[in-house]
Amino acid sequence: MPAGHLRRVVLFGLALLVLGAALLLLGLGIGSTGFESFLSARHDPVALQIVWDIRLPRTLGAWLAGALLGLAGAVAQGLFRNPLADPFLLGSASGASLGVALALLFFGGSAASAQWVVRLGLTGAAFLGSMAAVMLTLLLARGVQQTLRLLLAGVIVGVVLGAMKDLITIASADILQAIQGFTLGNTGLVGWSACAVMALACALCLLLAWALAPVLDGLALGEATARSLGLPLGAMRAALVVVLALATGAAVAQTGLIAFVGLAAPHLVRSVVKTTHARLIVLSAAMGGLLLMAADLLARWLIAPQELPVGVLTAVLGGSYLLWLMHRRTARGTAS
Amino acid sequence: MTAATAQALEVRGVSAALGGTEVLHGIDLAIAAARWTSIVGPNGAGKSTLLKVLAGLLAHGGELRLFGEPAAKLPARQRARRLSWLGQGVAGEGAADDLLVYDVAMLGRLPHQRWLAAPDEADRAAVERALRATQAWDWRERPLGQLSGGERQRVLLARALAVEAELLLMDEPLANLDPPHQADWMQTVRALVAAGRTVVSVLHELPMALAADELVVMDRGRVVHHGGSSDPATHAALEQVFDHRIRVHRVAEQWIALPR
Repeated sequence: MPAGHLRRVVLFGLALLVLGAALLLLGLGIGSTGFESFLSARHDPVALQIVWDIRLPRTLGAWLAGALLGLAGAVAQGLFRNPLADPFLLGSASGASLGVALALLFFGGSAASAQWVVRLGLTGAAFLGSMAAVMLTLLLARGVQQTLRLLLAGVIVGVVLGAMKDLITIASADILQAIQGFTLGNTGLVGWSACAVMALACALCLLLAWALAPVLDGLALGEATARSLGLPLGAMRAALVVVLALATGAAVAQTGLIAFVGLAAPHLVRSVVKTTHARLIVLSAAMGGLLLMAADLLARWLIAPQELPVGVLTAVLGGSYLLWLMHRRTARGTAS
Repeated sequence: MTAATAQALEVRGVSAALGGTEVLHGIDLAIAAARWTSIVGPNGAGKSTLLKVLAGLLAHGGELRLFGEPAAKLPARQRARRLSWLGQGVAGEGAADDLLVYDVAMLGRLPHQRWLAAPDEADRAAVERALRATQAWDWRERPLGQLSGGERQRVLLARALAVEAELLLMDEPLANLDPPHQADWMQTVRALVAAGRTVVSVLHELPMALAADELVVMDRGRVVHHGGSSDPATHAALEQVFDHRIRVHRVAEQWIALPR
């Protein structure tokens, strides 16, 4: 990597982190009790509790979930050699929510529970669900070679698993409400234990994805070229699918289905700097965190003291972005 | 050839199938080391498939020996260091558009690097040499997606050269290249061969192919002739596989093939 380019990448990464920190501070001041809680937190124990136990973990949690989704998006787009791949397109989200619904059905508890064991258990269920869904998609598509087949298989798996989840929730009224917030995508219930679980998953996924990223660079030149470089493609691809499932599963288990962050984050990064997958993945995580954190703030602030489910907001914003992207692509396609 | 080690590549009774149809039938071939061999033949003759088999990228029947040893004995990474393969066509249907030219060429150093280790001085020097050889050095900070077809091809060529392998297999390396850069490519190949490297290329440009040391003429999944490029028997085989619609001439000290 040429030196001037490296500096740009580092500067961009730092800018994303600084912006994230600024939004984090802002996030401490936004809520139903307003900015005062933040100011009086030093001497008022109730205000301190609001800031420390509600606003801080929630804002941080939004960043972590966004980072997991951004990372998963970058991995998915590299792995499937498709710039429009989204971590949810392979059915992982429906798989994760089915996993959560099953866990709630069999073990009880609530999606809002702050208990460590429950949070970890739900993450585990979501992870297994998303992993199973991705595997099922890959099986139906007979591998990752044919992108169209893969995306179709992902849609089918998503719809079928989604229907199964609906069936479970209809059968059991207790789960219905718990799963409702989940499907809409919600950062409001994220506490410290959820943050810890996501931070752990995020660190693990970043490490793994970073280590496996050269495979994605090689794959970009075509499968045969990647193999001619002596890369053990089978094992590394499988490991990347695990990363994809773990990242999506961890995010979905804590915050529900948050649309488009995984798709948009790598795109936004690429529109600023073109670089290798290792760097793209790290930057996409920082970008995803920033995006979801900003969306979370907007969701809290727009109709305060009420708030919007953040998933609805990202769906609207992300949908518009995708539409614009599509328009630009077609415009460029017809121009050249 | 006297000693067995003078063969860079050897196949015996090799067959291969694409999508369930056998496209290579019982190929016997020995490629001499430190020579430039071109594989020629009409469309669908199995040239690219044979090259993939030689590179160890395609499952096949029969025996493949690399550098005098059974290919299966060579670990993938070690093979990747000694054998460089350049595929045909635009890489990854645009998936590589966002990679920088420099990073693409650096991928050729992957077999030499320890996993996750930063490129060392030798890697950077090899990449610079390769990019300069294809005159792509000036674009090193540009993404692949901003280049034209011919420019891209020169970057991919540099990627294959950057491996600095003793054996280079190139499929249609001249695709989209303009005549000056075709001449550059030939000069690079000559220099490689002079330095003891072995080059095997699949070429559609018959005048370029005829500049090689040896020609492998293929037709319908078989090798119909293997001989020196100035051998009249080779020329006859060439004219025959192209249904006598071309003719090999001697013009200005070079062999060229013209349609008749």
